[in-house]
Amino acid sequence: MQLEKFNSSVRCNILKMIHAARSGHPGGSLSCVEILSVLYNKIMFVPKEWKNSPEFEKRDRFILSKGHASAALYAVLAQKGFFPVDELLSFRKLGSRLQGHPSTRSALEGIEVSTGSLGQGLSIAVGVALALKLNNSNSKVYALLGDGEMQEGSVWEALMSASHKKLNNLIIVIDKNKLQIDGNTDDVKSLEPLDKKLEAFGWDVVEVDGHNENELENAFIEAKKSTKPFAVIANTIKGKGVSFMENNAGWHGKAPNDDELKLALEELNA
Amino acid sequence: MLKKTLEIKSPRNAYGEALVELGAINKNIVALDADLSCSTQTCKFHKAYPDRFFNSGIAEQDMMCTAAGLATEGKIPFVSTFAMFATARCLDQIRNSICYPRLNVKIVATHGGVTVGEDGASHQALEDISYMRSIPDMCVIVPADYNEVKQVIKYASEIYGPVYIRIARTNLKTVFDENEYKFTPERAVKICEGSDVTIVTNGEMLCEVISCAQMLKDKGISAEVLHTPVIKPFLAGGDVIESAKKTGVVVTVENHSIIGGLGSAVCEVLSQNLPTRVLRIGTPDCFGQSGEQRALLDFYGLTDKKLCETIGRYLELK
Repeated sequence: MQLEKFNSSVRCNILKMIHAARSGHPGGSLSCVEILSVLYNKIMFVPKEWKNSPEFEKRDRFILSKGHASAALYAVLAQKGFFPVDELLSFRKLGSRLQGHPSTRSALEGIEVSTGSLGQGLSIAVGVALALKLNNSNSKVYALLGDGEMQEGSVWEALMSASHKKLNNLIIVIDKNKLQIDGNTDDVKSLEPLDKKLEAFGWDVVEVDGHNENELENAFIEAKKSTKPFAVIANTIKGKGVSFMENNAGWHGKAPNDDELKLALEELNA
Repeated sequence: MLKKTLEIKSPRNAYGEALVELGAINKNIVALDADLSCSTQTCKFHKAYPDRFFNSGIAEQDMMCTAAGLATEGKIPFVSTFAMFATARCLDQIRNSICYPRLNVKIVATHGGVTVGEDGASHQALEDISYMRSIPDMCVIVPADYNEVKQVIKYASEIYGPVYIRIARTNLKTVFDENEYKFTPERAVKICEGSDVTIVTNGEMLCEVISCAQMLKDKGISAEVLHTPVIKPFLAGGDVIESAKKTGVVVTVENHSIIGGLGSAVCEVLSQNLPTRVLRIGTPDCFGQSGEQRALLDFYGLTDKKLCETIGRYLELK
Protein backbone atom coordinates (compact mmCIF):
# COMPACT_ATOMS: atom_id res chain seq x y z
CA MET A 1 0.00 0.00 0.00
CA GLN A 2 1.41 3.37 -0.94
CA LEU A 3 0.64 6.07 1.54
CA GLU A 4 1.49 9.18 -0.48
CA LYS A 5 -2.13 10.25 -0.87
CA PHE A 6 -2.88 9.56 2.79
CA ASN A 7 0.18 11.51 3.91
CA SER A 8 -0.50 14.43 1.64
CA SER A 9 -4.05 14.67 2.91
CA VAL A 10 -2.79 14.54 6.52
CA ARG A 11 -0.35 17.36 5.81
CA CYS A 12 -3.09 19.50 4.25
CA ASN A 13 -5.32 18.92 7.28
CA ILE A 14 -2.51 19.78 9.71
CA LEU A 15 -2.06 23.13 8.00
CA LYS A 16 -5.80 23.84 7.75
CA MET A 17 -6.22 23.05 11.45
CA ILE A 18 -3.35 25.25 12.58
CA HIS A 19 -4.49 28.03 10.22
CA ALA A 20 -8.04 27.86 11.58
CA ALA A 21 -6.81 27.86 15.18
CA ARG A 22 -4.30 30.62 14.41
CA SER A 23 -1.90 28.65 16.57
CA GLY A 24 -0.17 25.29 16.73
CA HIS A 25 3.04 23.57 15.76
CA PRO A 26 3.41 22.94 12.02
CA GLY A 27 7.15 22.14 11.90
CA GLY A 28 7.20 19.15 14.27
CA SER A 29 3.81 17.95 13.05
CA LEU A 30 4.89 17.81 9.41
CA SER A 31 8.14 16.04 10.31
CA CYS A 32 6.37 13.01 11.84
CA VAL A 33 3.62 12.37 9.27
CA GLU A 34 5.27 9.30 7.68
CA ILE A 35 6.12 7.87 11.11
CA LEU A 36 2.49 8.09 12.27
CA SER A 37 1.18 7.02 8.90
CA VAL A 38 3.26 3.83 8.80
CA LEU A 39 2.40 2.99 12.41
CA TYR A 40 -1.34 3.45 11.95
CA ASN A 41 -1.58 2.01 8.43
CA LYS A 42 0.90 -0.84 8.53
CA ILE A 43 2.21 -1.69 11.98
CA MET A 44 -0.14 -1.17 14.90
CA PHE A 45 -3.42 -2.87 15.61
CA VAL A 46 -5.76 -0.16 16.92
CA PRO A 47 -9.51 -0.55 16.27
CA LYS A 48 -11.10 2.68 15.12
CA GLU A 49 -14.26 1.75 17.07
CA TRP A 50 -12.00 2.38 20.04
CA LYS A 51 -13.63 1.47 23.37
CA ASN A 52 -16.66 0.05 21.57
CA SER A 53 -14.53 -2.60 19.92
CA PRO A 54 -14.53 -6.11 21.45
CA GLU A 55 -10.84 -6.19 20.51
CA PHE A 56 -10.04 -2.97 22.38
CA GLU A 57 -7.84 -4.59 25.03
CA LYS A 58 -5.75 -6.28 22.35
CA ARG A 59 -4.80 -2.98 20.70
CA ASP A 60 -1.27 -1.69 20.49
CA ARG A 61 -0.74 1.45 22.54
CA PHE A 62 0.52 4.71 21.09
CA ILE A 63 1.86 7.57 23.20
CA LEU A 64 2.67 10.92 21.64
CA SER A 65 5.36 12.06 24.04
CA LYS A 66 6.05 15.11 21.85
CA GLY A 67 2.51 16.29 22.51
CA HIS A 68 2.92 19.49 20.51
CA ALA A 69 2.63 17.38 17.34
CA SER A 70 -1.02 16.88 18.30
CA ALA A 71 -2.23 18.23 14.94
CA ALA A 72 -0.47 15.38 13.14
CA LEU A 73 -1.91 12.72 15.45
CA TYR A 74 -5.44 14.18 15.24
CA ALA A 75 -5.25 14.39 11.44
CA VAL A 76 -4.11 10.76 11.18
CA LEU A 77 -6.76 9.52 13.63
CA ALA A 78 -9.54 11.38 11.80
CA GLN A 79 -8.41 10.08 8.45
CA LYS A 80 -8.35 6.55 9.87
CA GLY A 81 -11.97 7.01 10.96
CA PHE A 82 -11.57 7.32 14.74
CA PHE A 83 -13.69 10.49 14.70
CA PRO A 84 -15.17 12.74 11.97
CA VAL A 85 -12.72 14.67 9.81
CA ASP A 86 -15.00 17.72 10.25
CA GLU A 87 -14.05 17.84 13.92
CA LEU A 88 -10.44 18.67 12.99
CA LEU A 89 -11.29 22.32 12.45
CA SER A 90 -12.31 22.69 16.11
CA PHE A 91 -8.62 22.16 17.01
CA ARG A 92 -7.49 24.39 19.91
CA LYS A 93 -10.87 26.15 20.14
CA LEU A 94 -12.93 26.59 23.31
CA GLY A 95 -14.84 23.40 24.14
CA SER A 96 -13.04 21.27 21.56
CA ARG A 97 -12.09 17.64 22.17
CA LEU A 98 -8.96 18.45 20.17
CA GLN A 99 -7.01 20.21 22.90
CA GLY A 100 -3.77 22.03 22.10
CA HIS A 101 -1.91 19.04 23.50
CA PRO A 102 -3.57 15.59 23.72
CA SER A 103 -5.78 15.07 26.75
CA THR A 104 -7.71 12.03 27.92
CA ARG A 105 -10.14 14.39 29.69
CA SER A 106 -11.85 15.16 26.41
CA ALA A 107 -12.36 11.45 25.66
CA LEU A 108 -11.20 11.74 22.07
CA GLU A 109 -11.12 8.34 20.39
CA GLY A 110 -7.53 7.20 19.90
CA ILE A 111 -5.90 9.21 22.69
CA GLU A 112 -4.28 6.94 25.28
CA VAL A 113 -2.64 9.46 27.63
CA SER A 114 -2.33 13.18 28.28
CA THR A 115 0.96 14.67 27.15
CA GLY A 116 2.41 18.08 26.44
CA SER A 117 4.92 18.63 29.21
CA LEU A 118 7.99 17.14 27.56
CA GLY A 119 9.99 14.24 28.94
CA GLN A 120 7.11 12.36 30.55
CA GLY A 121 5.70 10.17 27.77
CA LEU A 122 8.47 7.58 27.83
CA SER A 123 8.09 6.94 31.58
CA ILE A 124 4.34 6.57 31.04
CA ALA A 125 5.08 4.13 28.22
CA VAL A 126 7.32 2.15 30.62
CA GLY A 127 4.38 1.92 33.05
CA VAL A 128 2.02 0.80 30.31
CA ALA A 129 4.55 -1.78 29.11
CA LEU A 130 4.97 -3.12 32.66
CA ALA A 131 1.20 -3.42 33.06
CA LEU A 132 0.90 -5.27 29.74
CA LYS A 133 3.56 -7.73 30.89
CA LEU A 134 1.75 -8.26 34.21
CA ASN A 135 -1.42 -8.97 32.21
CA ASN A 136 0.40 -11.38 29.86
CA SER A 137 -0.66 -9.19 26.94
CA ASN A 138 1.05 -9.43 23.56
CA SER A 139 0.31 -5.81 22.69
CA LYS A 140 3.20 -3.45 21.99
CA VAL A 141 3.70 0.09 23.25
CA TYR A 142 4.90 2.72 20.78
CA ALA A 143 6.04 6.15 21.89
CA LEU A 144 7.04 9.06 19.68
CA LEU A 145 9.59 11.50 21.09
CA GLY A 146 11.16 14.61 19.68
CA ASP A 147 14.94 14.89 19.41
CA GLY A 148 14.85 18.14 21.37
CA GLU A 149 12.80 16.34 24.00
CA MET A 150 15.75 13.99 24.55
CA GLN A 151 17.38 16.88 26.43
CA GLU A 152 14.95 16.26 29.31
CA GLY A 153 16.75 14.26 31.99
CA SER A 154 13.73 12.18 32.88
CA VAL A 155 13.82 10.63 29.38
CA TRP A 156 17.16 9.07 30.31
CA GLU A 157 15.76 7.83 33.61
CA ALA A 158 13.05 6.08 31.59
CA LEU A 159 15.55 4.69 29.07
CA MET A 160 17.41 3.10 32.00
CA SER A 161 14.17 1.72 33.45
CA ALA A 162 13.10 0.14 30.16
CA SER A 163 16.31 -1.78 29.62
CA HIS A 164 16.65 -2.73 33.30
CA LYS A 165 13.12 -4.13 33.20
CA LYS A 166 13.77 -5.84 29.84
CA LEU A 167 10.77 -4.24 28.17
CA ASN A 168 10.96 -5.81 24.73
CA ASN A 169 7.32 -4.75 24.21
CA LEU A 170 8.38 -1.09 24.11
CA ILE A 171 9.33 0.64 20.86
CA ILE A 172 10.19 4.31 20.58
CA VAL A 173 10.64 6.54 17.58
CA ILE A 174 12.75 9.64 17.87
CA ASP A 175 11.60 12.24 15.34
CA LYS A 176 15.04 13.67 14.69
CA ASN A 177 14.25 16.86 12.82
CA LYS A 178 17.35 18.51 14.28
CA LEU A 179 15.62 21.76 15.21
CA GLN A 180 14.12 23.14 18.37
CA ILE A 181 12.61 26.52 19.22
CA ASP A 182 15.91 28.28 19.77
CA GLY A 183 17.64 26.80 16.72
CA ASN A 184 19.72 23.77 15.77
CA THR A 185 19.63 21.00 18.36
CA ASP A 186 23.36 20.62 17.84
CA ASP A 187 23.86 24.27 18.84
CA VAL A 188 21.39 24.42 21.73
CA LYS A 189 22.54 21.18 23.37
CA SER A 190 23.92 18.40 21.24
CA LEU A 191 22.59 14.87 21.69
CA GLU A 192 25.31 13.20 19.67
CA PRO A 193 26.21 10.45 19.37
CA LEU A 194 22.55 9.60 20.00
CA ASP A 195 22.66 6.06 18.64
CA LYS A 196 25.66 5.14 20.78
CA LYS A 197 24.08 6.69 23.86
CA LEU A 198 20.91 4.66 23.38
CA GLU A 199 22.93 1.48 22.82
CA ALA A 200 24.94 2.21 25.95
CA PHE A 201 21.62 2.47 27.81
CA GLY A 202 20.79 -1.08 26.74
CA TRP A 203 18.54 -0.44 23.75
CA ASP A 204 18.54 -1.90 20.26
CA VAL A 205 18.79 0.99 17.80
CA VAL A 206 18.27 1.48 14.08
CA GLU A 207 18.52 4.72 12.16
CA VAL A 208 16.26 5.35 9.18
CA ASP A 209 15.07 8.05 6.80
CA GLY A 210 11.95 9.13 8.65
CA HIS A 211 10.17 10.04 5.43
CA ASN A 212 10.82 6.67 3.77
CA GLU A 213 7.91 4.33 4.39
CA ASN A 214 9.79 1.15 3.55
CA GLU A 215 12.69 1.94 5.85
CA LEU A 216 10.27 2.78 8.66
CA GLU A 217 8.22 -0.36 8.11
CA ASN A 218 11.29 -2.61 8.06
CA ALA A 219 12.58 -0.99 11.25
CA PHE A 220 9.30 -1.67 13.04
CA ILE A 221 9.21 -5.27 11.82
CA GLU A 222 12.70 -5.72 13.26
CA ALA A 223 11.68 -3.92 16.46
CA LYS A 224 8.81 -6.33 17.08
CA LYS A 225 11.26 -9.25 17.12
CA SER A 226 13.78 -7.60 19.42
CA THR A 227 14.59 -9.02 22.83
CA LYS A 228 15.36 -5.52 24.12
CA PRO A 229 13.50 -2.21 24.11
CA PHE A 230 13.89 -0.79 20.65
CA ALA A 231 14.61 2.73 19.40
CA VAL A 232 14.08 3.92 15.84
CA ILE A 233 16.00 7.11 15.16
CA ALA A 234 14.05 8.68 12.31
CA ASN A 235 15.98 11.36 10.46
CA THR A 236 13.38 13.88 9.36
CA ILE A 237 12.96 17.37 8.02
CA LYS A 238 11.14 19.83 10.21
CA GLY A 239 8.27 21.33 8.19
CA LYS A 240 8.56 18.51 5.59
CA GLY A 241 6.44 19.01 2.47
CA VAL A 242 6.13 22.79 2.55
CA SER A 243 9.17 24.43 0.96
CA PHE A 244 9.19 27.60 3.03
CA MET A 245 8.68 25.73 6.30
CA GLU A 246 11.34 23.06 5.77
CA ASN A 247 14.38 23.23 8.05
CA ASN A 248 13.19 26.51 9.54
CA ALA A 249 12.97 26.69 13.33
CA GLY A 250 10.72 29.74 12.96
CA TRP A 251 7.87 27.38 11.97
CA HIS A 252 8.05 25.42 15.21
CA GLY A 253 5.08 27.11 16.77
CA LYS A 254 3.64 29.55 14.24
CA ALA A 255 0.40 29.42 12.24
CA PRO A 256 0.39 30.14 8.50
CA ASN A 257 -1.62 33.19 7.39
CA ASP A 258 -4.15 32.99 4.54
CA ASP A 259 -1.57 33.47 1.77
CA GLU A 260 0.89 31.05 3.33
CA LEU A 261 -1.81 28.41 3.71
CA LYS A 262 -2.82 28.81 0.06
CA LEU A 263 0.78 28.47 -1.08
CA ALA A 264 1.38 25.44 1.15
CA LEU A 265 -1.75 23.63 -0.02
CA GLU A 266 -0.82 24.30 -3.66
CA GLU A 267 2.58 22.71 -3.06
CA LEU A 268 1.10 19.70 -1.29
CA ASN A 269 -1.57 19.13 -3.92
CA ALA A 270 0.83 19.58 -6.85
CA MET B 1 -13.09 5.83 69.91
CA LEU B 2 -9.89 6.95 71.67
CA LYS B 3 -7.35 4.42 72.84
CA LYS B 4 -7.35 3.89 76.59
CA THR B 5 -3.85 2.43 77.00
CA LEU B 6 -0.58 4.05 76.00
CA GLU B 7 0.99 2.44 72.97
CA ILE B 8 3.67 3.84 70.65
CA LYS B 9 3.65 2.53 67.09
CA SER B 10 5.11 3.42 63.71
CA PRO B 11 2.66 4.87 61.19
CA ARG B 12 5.07 3.82 58.45
CA ASN B 13 4.74 0.21 59.55
CA ALA B 14 0.98 0.63 59.38
CA TYR B 15 1.38 1.66 55.74
CA GLY B 16 3.60 -1.29 54.87
CA GLU B 17 1.31 -3.75 56.62
CA ALA B 18 -1.86 -2.29 55.13
CA LEU B 19 -0.40 -2.50 51.64
CA VAL B 20 0.42 -6.18 52.07
CA GLU B 21 -3.08 -6.90 53.38
CA LEU B 22 -4.74 -5.02 50.52
CA GLY B 23 -2.43 -6.57 47.96
CA ALA B 24 -3.77 -10.00 48.87
CA ILE B 25 -7.35 -8.91 48.22
CA ASN B 26 -6.82 -6.76 45.13
CA LYS B 27 -4.36 -8.06 42.55
CA ASN B 28 -4.43 -4.76 40.70
CA ILE B 29 -2.54 -3.06 43.51
CA VAL B 30 1.11 -2.47 42.63
CA ALA B 31 3.79 -0.54 44.53
CA LEU B 32 6.63 1.69 43.39
CA ASP B 33 9.51 3.15 45.35
CA ALA B 34 12.64 5.16 44.64
CA ASP B 35 15.33 3.37 46.64
CA LEU B 36 13.72 4.13 50.01
CA SER B 37 11.56 1.05 50.39
CA CYS B 38 12.95 0.21 53.84
CA SER B 39 12.20 3.73 55.07
CA THR B 40 8.75 3.94 53.53
CA GLN B 41 8.05 0.28 54.36
CA THR B 42 7.00 -0.67 50.84
CA CYS B 43 9.72 -3.32 51.27
CA LYS B 44 7.01 -5.42 52.94
CA PHE B 45 4.97 -5.37 49.72
CA HIS B 46 8.12 -6.12 47.70
CA LYS B 47 8.75 -9.22 49.80
CA ALA B 48 5.14 -10.41 49.56
CA TYR B 49 4.54 -9.70 45.86
CA PRO B 50 7.89 -9.28 44.08
CA ASP B 51 6.31 -9.24 40.61
CA ARG B 52 4.06 -6.30 41.55
CA PHE B 53 6.78 -4.11 43.06
CA PHE B 54 8.86 -1.74 40.93
CA ASN B 55 11.92 0.06 42.22
CA SER B 56 12.68 3.04 39.99
CA GLY B 57 16.02 3.61 41.60
CA ILE B 58 16.77 7.20 42.55
CA ALA B 59 14.58 8.56 39.76
CA GLU B 60 11.39 9.94 41.28
CA GLN B 61 10.10 11.68 38.15
CA ASP B 62 10.39 8.46 36.16
CA MET B 63 8.61 6.66 39.00
CA MET B 64 5.62 9.04 39.01
CA CYS B 65 5.04 8.76 35.27
CA THR B 66 5.59 4.99 35.35
CA ALA B 67 2.83 4.88 37.96
CA ALA B 68 0.68 6.95 35.59
CA GLY B 69 1.26 4.40 32.84
CA LEU B 70 0.38 1.49 35.15
CA ALA B 71 -2.79 3.31 36.22
CA THR B 72 -3.70 3.94 32.57
CA GLU B 73 -3.89 0.16 32.22
CA GLY B 74 -6.12 -0.29 35.28
CA LYS B 75 -3.52 -0.96 37.96
CA ILE B 76 -3.72 0.82 41.33
CA PRO B 77 -0.19 2.08 41.96
CA PHE B 78 0.93 3.09 45.46
CA VAL B 79 3.98 5.31 44.97
CA SER B 80 6.27 6.07 47.86
CA THR B 81 9.33 8.08 48.75
CA PHE B 82 10.02 10.94 51.17
CA ALA B 83 7.49 13.80 51.02
CA MET B 84 10.20 16.20 49.84
CA PHE B 85 11.06 14.19 46.73
CA ALA B 86 7.55 12.91 46.06
CA THR B 87 6.12 16.42 45.75
CA ALA B 88 8.63 19.16 45.06
CA ARG B 89 10.69 17.14 42.62
CA CYS B 90 7.73 15.59 40.82
CA LEU B 91 5.23 18.44 40.81
CA ASP B 92 4.99 18.63 37.00
CA GLN B 93 4.69 14.85 36.66
CA ILE B 94 1.97 14.70 39.32
CA ARG B 95 0.07 17.62 37.84
CA ASN B 96 0.29 16.81 34.15
CA SER B 97 0.61 13.02 34.01
CA ILE B 98 -1.43 11.95 37.08
CA CYS B 99 -4.00 14.58 38.06
CA TYR B 100 -4.77 16.12 34.65
CA PRO B 101 -5.75 12.69 33.25
CA ARG B 102 -7.29 11.92 36.68
CA LEU B 103 -5.47 8.63 37.11
CA ASN B 104 -5.91 6.24 40.01
CA VAL B 105 -2.49 6.81 41.56
CA LYS B 106 -1.93 6.87 45.33
CA ILE B 107 1.11 8.82 46.46
CA VAL B 108 2.05 7.82 49.99
CA ALA B 109 4.86 10.05 51.17
CA THR B 110 6.69 9.50 54.42
CA HIS B 111 9.01 11.84 56.34
CA GLY B 112 6.80 14.94 56.13
CA GLY B 113 7.49 17.94 58.37
CA VAL B 114 10.35 19.08 60.59
CA THR B 115 10.39 15.76 62.45
CA VAL B 116 12.56 14.26 59.71
CA GLY B 117 15.11 15.58 62.19
CA GLU B 118 18.87 15.50 61.76
CA ASP B 119 18.85 15.34 57.94
CA GLY B 120 17.84 19.00 57.98
CA ALA B 121 16.06 21.39 55.65
CA SER B 122 16.84 19.60 52.37
CA HIS B 123 14.82 16.61 53.57
CA GLN B 124 12.09 18.34 55.60
CA ALA B 125 9.01 18.83 53.42
CA LEU B 126 7.19 21.86 54.84
CA GLU B 127 5.35 22.81 51.67
CA ASP B 128 4.21 19.43 50.31
CA ILE B 129 0.59 19.80 51.39
CA SER B 130 0.45 23.26 49.87
CA TYR B 131 1.70 21.92 46.53
CA MET B 132 -0.65 18.94 46.49
CA ARG B 133 -3.69 20.88 47.68
CA SER B 134 -3.43 23.31 44.77
CA ILE B 135 -3.66 20.64 42.05
CA PRO B 136 -7.21 20.05 40.74
CA ASP B 137 -8.71 16.64 41.62
CA MET B 138 -6.01 15.74 44.12
CA CYS B 139 -7.29 14.38 47.44
CA VAL B 140 -4.98 15.17 50.39
CA ILE B 141 -4.98 13.16 53.64
CA VAL B 142 -2.80 13.53 56.72
CA PRO B 143 -3.60 10.67 59.13
CA ALA B 144 -2.66 10.89 62.80
CA ASP B 145 -1.58 7.48 64.03
CA TYR B 146 -0.94 3.84 63.27
CA ASN B 147 -4.59 2.79 63.35
CA GLU B 148 -5.79 5.68 61.25
CA VAL B 149 -3.06 5.14 58.64
CA LYS B 150 -4.29 1.57 58.18
CA GLN B 151 -7.84 2.73 57.50
CA VAL B 152 -6.74 5.61 55.26
CA ILE B 153 -4.65 3.33 53.04
CA LYS B 154 -7.63 1.01 52.66
CA TYR B 155 -9.90 3.96 51.89
CA ALA B 156 -7.46 5.25 49.25
CA SER B 157 -7.38 1.85 47.56
CA GLU B 158 -11.17 1.82 47.34
CA ILE B 159 -11.86 5.28 45.89
CA TYR B 160 -11.01 6.20 42.30
CA GLY B 161 -8.63 9.05 41.60
CA PRO B 162 -5.35 10.56 42.72
CA VAL B 163 -4.65 10.72 46.46
CA TYR B 164 -1.74 12.20 48.40
CA ILE B 165 -1.18 10.74 51.86
CA ARG B 166 1.43 12.22 54.17
CA ILE B 167 2.89 10.02 56.88
CA ALA B 168 5.27 11.11 59.61
CA ARG B 169 8.66 9.57 60.20
CA THR B 170 8.03 9.65 63.95
CA ASN B 171 6.80 6.73 65.99
CA LEU B 172 3.64 8.07 67.59
CA LYS B 173 1.30 7.49 70.47
CA THR B 174 -1.68 5.55 69.19
CA VAL B 175 -4.65 7.89 69.63
CA PHE B 176 -7.45 5.86 68.08
CA ASP B 177 -8.78 2.47 69.18
CA GLU B 178 -8.40 -0.04 66.35
CA ASN B 179 -11.90 -1.43 66.87
CA GLU B 180 -13.96 1.58 67.85
CA TYR B 181 -12.54 4.27 65.55
CA LYS B 182 -13.98 4.61 62.07
CA PHE B 183 -12.26 6.95 59.58
CA THR B 184 -14.91 9.26 58.10
CA PRO B 185 -13.40 11.42 55.35
CA GLU B 186 -16.11 14.08 55.23
CA ARG B 187 -16.16 14.80 58.97
CA ALA B 188 -13.90 16.34 61.58
CA VAL B 189 -13.21 14.03 64.51
CA LYS B 190 -14.17 15.80 67.73
CA ILE B 191 -11.51 14.69 70.18
CA CYS B 192 -12.85 16.77 73.07
CA GLU B 193 -15.61 19.32 73.64
CA GLY B 194 -14.76 22.87 74.61
CA SER B 195 -16.16 26.37 74.65
CA ASP B 196 -13.28 28.89 74.67
CA VAL B 197 -11.29 27.98 71.56
CA THR B 198 -11.40 25.53 68.63
CA ILE B 199 -8.09 23.85 67.84
CA VAL B 200 -7.97 22.19 64.42
CA THR B 201 -5.12 19.82 63.67
CA ASN B 202 -4.11 16.56 62.01
CA GLY B 203 -1.20 14.20 61.46
CA GLU B 204 1.43 13.81 64.12
CA MET B 205 0.41 17.10 65.75
CA LEU B 206 -2.75 15.50 67.12
CA CYS B 207 -0.88 13.91 70.08
CA GLU B 208 0.67 17.25 70.98
CA VAL B 209 -2.65 19.07 70.69
CA ILE B 210 -4.48 16.54 72.90
CA SER B 211 -1.83 17.02 75.55
CA CYS B 212 -1.93 20.80 75.04
CA ALA B 213 -5.72 20.82 75.54
CA GLN B 214 -5.21 19.18 78.93
CA MET B 215 -2.64 21.84 79.87
CA LEU B 216 -5.02 24.60 78.76
CA LYS B 217 -7.74 23.01 80.88
CA ASP B 218 -5.46 23.24 83.90
CA LYS B 219 -5.16 26.97 83.15
CA GLY B 220 -8.94 27.25 83.03
CA ILE B 221 -9.23 27.36 79.23
CA SER B 222 -11.74 25.01 77.61
CA ALA B 223 -10.46 23.89 74.19
CA GLU B 224 -12.44 21.99 71.59
CA VAL B 225 -10.07 19.78 69.57
CA LEU B 226 -10.96 18.82 66.01
CA HIS B 227 -8.90 16.38 63.95
CA THR B 228 -9.36 16.84 60.19
CA PRO B 229 -7.31 14.19 58.37
CA VAL B 230 -8.72 15.04 54.94
CA ILE B 231 -7.56 18.54 53.96
CA LYS B 232 -8.87 18.26 50.42
CA PRO B 233 -11.68 18.10 49.62
CA PHE B 234 -12.16 19.93 52.93
CA LEU B 235 -15.64 18.63 53.65
CA ALA B 236 -14.80 18.69 57.37
CA GLY B 237 -14.97 22.47 57.02
CA GLY B 238 -18.66 22.31 58.00
CA ASP B 239 -17.74 20.86 61.39
CA VAL B 240 -15.07 23.54 61.82
CA ILE B 241 -17.68 26.25 61.14
CA GLU B 242 -20.07 24.73 63.68
CA SER B 243 -17.36 24.63 66.33
CA ALA B 244 -16.24 28.20 65.54
CA LYS B 245 -19.82 29.42 66.00
CA LYS B 246 -19.62 28.15 69.56
CA THR B 247 -16.08 29.21 70.52
CA GLY B 248 -15.60 32.30 68.34
CA VAL B 249 -11.85 31.77 67.91
CA VAL B 250 -9.87 29.14 66.01
CA VAL B 251 -6.27 27.90 66.15
CA THR B 252 -4.76 25.57 63.56
CA VAL B 253 -1.73 23.40 64.33
CA GLU B 254 0.29 21.59 61.66
CA ASN B 255 3.78 20.24 61.08
CA HIS B 256 3.98 22.25 57.84
CA SER B 257 4.31 25.81 56.64
CA ILE B 258 1.50 28.12 57.73
CA ILE B 259 1.13 28.93 54.02
CA GLY B 260 -1.05 26.63 51.96
CA GLY B 261 -1.74 23.78 54.36
CA LEU B 262 -4.36 23.05 57.00
CA GLY B 263 -4.31 26.61 58.33
CA SER B 264 -5.06 27.98 54.88
CA ALA B 265 -7.84 25.45 54.30
CA VAL B 266 -9.49 26.46 57.58
CA CYS B 267 -9.13 30.18 56.79
CA GLU B 268 -10.62 29.69 53.33
CA VAL B 269 -13.73 28.00 54.66
CA LEU B 270 -14.18 30.40 57.59
CA SER B 271 -13.58 33.63 55.66
CA GLN B 272 -16.33 32.71 53.24
CA ASN B 273 -18.86 31.39 55.74
CA LEU B 274 -18.13 32.71 59.20
CA PRO B 275 -15.34 35.31 59.44
CA THR B 276 -13.48 34.29 62.58
CA ARG B 277 -10.14 35.12 64.18
CA VAL B 278 -7.68 32.36 63.26
CA LEU B 279 -4.18 31.78 64.60
CA ARG B 280 -2.18 29.52 62.31
CA ILE B 281 0.59 27.61 64.06
CA GLY B 282 3.17 25.81 61.93
CA THR B 283 6.53 26.72 60.45
CA PRO B 284 6.50 30.45 59.66
CA ASP B 285 7.50 30.65 55.96
CA CYS B 286 10.99 29.33 56.60
CA PHE B 287 13.23 26.38 55.88
CA GLY B 288 13.85 23.78 58.57
CA GLN B 289 17.20 22.76 60.05
CA SER B 290 19.02 19.83 61.64
CA GLY B 291 18.22 18.73 65.15
CA GLU B 292 16.61 16.05 67.25
CA GLN B 293 12.89 15.60 66.68
CA ARG B 294 11.78 17.00 70.06
CA ALA B 295 14.29 19.83 69.85
CA LEU B 296 12.91 20.83 66.45
CA LEU B 297 9.28 20.64 67.56
CA ASP B 298 10.23 22.83 70.53
CA PHE B 299 12.13 25.31 68.36
CA TYR B 300 9.17 25.75 66.01
CA GLY B 301 6.70 25.97 68.89
CA LEU B 302 4.98 22.67 68.10
CA THR B 303 5.30 20.82 71.43
CA ASP B 304 2.34 20.57 73.76
CA LYS B 305 3.95 23.07 76.18
CA LYS B 306 4.83 25.63 73.52
CA LEU B 307 1.39 25.30 71.93
CA CYS B 308 -0.22 25.89 75.32
CA GLU B 309 1.84 29.06 75.85
CA THR B 310 1.17 30.41 72.36
CA ILE B 311 -2.55 29.70 72.44
CA GLY B 312 -2.86 31.10 75.96
CA ARG B 313 -1.21 34.37 74.88
CA TYR B 314 -3.39 34.60 71.76
CA LEU B 315 -6.59 34.19 73.75
CA GLU B 316 -5.55 37.00 76.09
CA LEU B 317 -5.60 39.33 73.06
CA LYS B 318 -9.31 38.66 72.59
